[in-house]
Amino acid sequence: MRELLKHPFWQAVIIVVGSFVLFEFGVAYLPPLLGMKSAPVPNSVLLQYMLTVLVGLLVYVSDNEQRWRRFKEPLHAVLVDPGKRALRMVLLVAVPLLVGFVTYDQLRPSVEAPLGLRSIHPAPPGQITFRGKTIVLARLENPLRADGSIAEDYQVGKRVYYQNCLPCHGDPLNGRGHYAHGFNPAPLDFTDNGTIPQLTESFVFWRVAKGGPGLPKEGTPWNSAMPAWEEFLTEEEIWSVIIFLYEQTGWTPRTWEEAAEGAEE
Amino acid sequence: MRRQNRLGMGIGMGMALVALAFDPALAFAQEAAGAVREYGNFPWLGARGAIWIAAEVHLMFAAFVLGVPIFGVVAEAIGIWSKDERYDRLAKEFIRLLVIAYSATAIWGAVLTFFLITLYPRFWAHLSAVFEVSMWVYVGLFFLESFTLYLYYYGWDHWKTGRAKLGHLWLGILLNVWGTIVMFIADSWLSYMMSPPTAVTPDTAPETVRLWSAIANATWMPINIHRIIANVVFGGSVVAAYAAYRFLAARTQEERAHYDWMGYVGNFVAISALIILPFAGYYLGREVYEYNEPMGITMMGGFMSWLWIIQAFLIGVLFLAGNYYLWVGMERIPGAERFQPYTKWLLLVLVTGVIVWATPHTMIASREELEAMGGSHHPFLGVLGVMSAKNTAVNLMILTTFLSYLMYRRANKRPVVAWARTGSMVQAAIFLAAAAVVLFYGIYGYYVTAIVRIGFSVYQVLAVLTTIISVMILDMLVLRGAESRGEIRWGQMPVRSQYALFVLVVTFTWLMGLMGFARSGIRQHWHIWEVMRDTSPWAATPALGYAAQMISACVLIFLGLIAFVFWLGGLIEKPALLPKATPAPAASPVPATMPAD
Repeated sequence: MRELLKHPFWQAVIIVVGSFVLFEFGVAYLPPLLGMKSAPVPNSVLLQYMLTVLVGLLVYVSDNEQRWRRFKEPLHAVLVDPGKRALRMVLLVAVPLLVGFVTYDQLRPSVEAPLGLRSIHPAPPGQITFRGKTIVLARLENPLRADGSIAEDYQVGKRVYYQNCLPCHGDPLNGRGHYAHGFNPAPLDFTDNGTIPQLTESFVFWRVAKGGPGLPKEGTPWNSAMPAWEEFLTEEEIWSVIIFLYEQTGWTPRTWEEAAEGAEE
Repeated sequence: MRRQNRLGMGIGMGMALVALAFDPALAFAQEAAGAVREYGNFPWLGARGAIWIAAEVHLMFAAFVLGVPIFGVVAEAIGIWSKDERYDRLAKEFIRLLVIAYSATAIWGAVLTFFLITLYPRFWAHLSAVFEVSMWVYVGLFFLESFTLYLYYYGWDHWKTGRAKLGHLWLGILLNVWGTIVMFIADSWLSYMMSPPTAVTPDTAPETVRLWSAIANATWMPINIHRIIANVVFGGSVVAAYAAYRFLAARTQEERAHYDWMGYVGNFVAISALIILPFAGYYLGREVYEYNEPMGITMMGGFMSWLWIIQAFLIGVLFLAGNYYLWVGMERIPGAERFQPYTKWLLLVLVTGVIVWATPHTMIASREELEAMGGSHHPFLGVLGVMSAKNTAVNLMILTTFLSYLMYRRANKRPVVAWARTGSMVQAAIFLAAAAVVLFYGIYGYYVTAIVRIGFSVYQVLAVLTTIISVMILDMLVLRGAESRGEIRWGQMPVRSQYALFVLVVTFTWLMGLMGFARSGIRQHWHIWEVMRDTSPWAATPALGYAAQMISACVLIFLGLIAFVFWLGGLIEKPALLPKATPAPAASPVPATMPAD
């Protein structure tokens, strides 16, 4: 067994299988044991990870002449060794069958909507028109924060949220409201540090005010079900609900840089 | 009868002229006919496809002919001062490839210009009205560059010794100066399209735009710097691929040794410049954000963000292939055995780095997968999708690659200075400190606001750059007068290592095409950002799949043509290094019965 573990071919097999188990099951089930949230890795990402591991393995087995020779030994033996004729025949049938099955599985008709690339941060326009009023978004701060009445604004925002946003974005603001399961893409999870903490309040204002219909033409189809809330809420109500989102989740909104923004995210 | 016909024609034409003079509709039609045509069409490919290929292939050749002279002249200088003939031969061989590639660059430049004039006449009219003076200067410099190149190459053997050789070296420097200015001028045209001065509006007459303000626009200098470094990377990788091709086709051991060494130098130049390229990229990205934030968001977080995932994967391939080449090469260095057990750990860091760097923040997922994740962000892996993780990964990969190079460099040397052990320990401490700084700021970045986090990348970069510089200086001091454990067995390189050099050049070329698309694509439906709108049927930004096909077509065209250049390079001159009687070893791909040359 120890000899087997030292052989580069079997090392490679163990690493491939081990990596697959780690990515497919480990990522989904180990973090919850430590009290962290997790979920299965999407197939597209799993494929990407496994490809990287395979390329790494190829580098490992071939960057040393002796290791490379030993790695090829079992492959060579299966291909030419008279004693391995049965195994050779099994592989000759099994490998094309496997390729055929994978091809069939990829191409068979499905009712599933095709996967699409989505960008999560659409580029905001320089300015928007809100009920006839022009609002310049660049360097715009939440005007309610200057009033010093955050507690009141929070209460207004809370009322607005529970009256309008709750059904989709959910009670804990995690994007899992009652209607959430009906939408693809799913409503935004505000508790995720990849969402509102990455955004300035002016960006969030634009998104709430203009909703799905106001998304830029570039990057379509967005398929967002978010209504354009400017038709139902006042400007102050939108700013209030933004305060509620940040206060409730504990996130801090992204701020503008002194000279200009230089963000990469 | 004939005379009657002529008379009839004359009367008819006269009536038509009178009608034209008095009919306002006809007069308007004439005026319209005299106006500038907005767009032309190109069969099958369409106008955009044609201009895409012409511009990209021209750029690839231009990058090659600007990158190669930089280290051609450096190699010549090393040859002069070290009195090592190999460097001089190497430099001359580079420049020989350059002479052929230079005319291909000019041809593609002409194709691009004619396509611009015929397919985008309205845009061309604007650009030439703003930049006409710089276009004349460009043409003048092109003459100077061409004739300097001819003097430099054809005078190589003539001005070979003494002061004449120094004069020849100056010609090489001059060639680089002309080439760099030519590139700066061309960069001003394309960067103007991205970031025209804010005073220029759609109503501004192009003749009234001040030339210098158009040239010195917001993204001009970042693009200049990024391109200079990238050209060196690209030139190095193409030369390494040329050496790999010649290595595989070599018939003698000496020839194989020469091209093995040449491949090593090309790869060394490419990877060394690659290490600093991301920092120039950050500078360019930052200037894009400073100029126009929505443009920056489109590039990094918007619909162009997927390009960065592809880019991360490709750069991962570059790091892996570059390190692989070094590790395989260590087998021909006596003494390298002591480092080989460590390469697998370096590989582990690199593979982990690629996995982290290429993890998308917004994942492509089916409906069930999205539901399980509760959105497009993975609840656990999502932390790898942001810049804190990615900056950490790439900086650790750079450190790892530098460590690989250091092991390669030290492999056959035994230090003799008394403080060698202390020096090595200090080097190790610097490495560890840099890795700790990179990791600390990478993790701490999750606990601060975005605006603070952005600043952390500067500390990470500074830690890595300081390490590279200080460790390298220390290494040179530690290895001063070092004993040799044995000569490098040039030429005894496994054939598979040469394919790593091919992987490098294909990946670099594809990356250039991809990033060129990103830079150009973020203008979206504007020829000139917020000044001149693209009103052609090709105004929509293409989907990634279409872009990938176009990029691949450009890469195939370029590599096909450059392969032809390589072949021609072999026809022009057989290097003098080839001995007549050295037999090929048994492992050679050439049968033993074949003549040596």
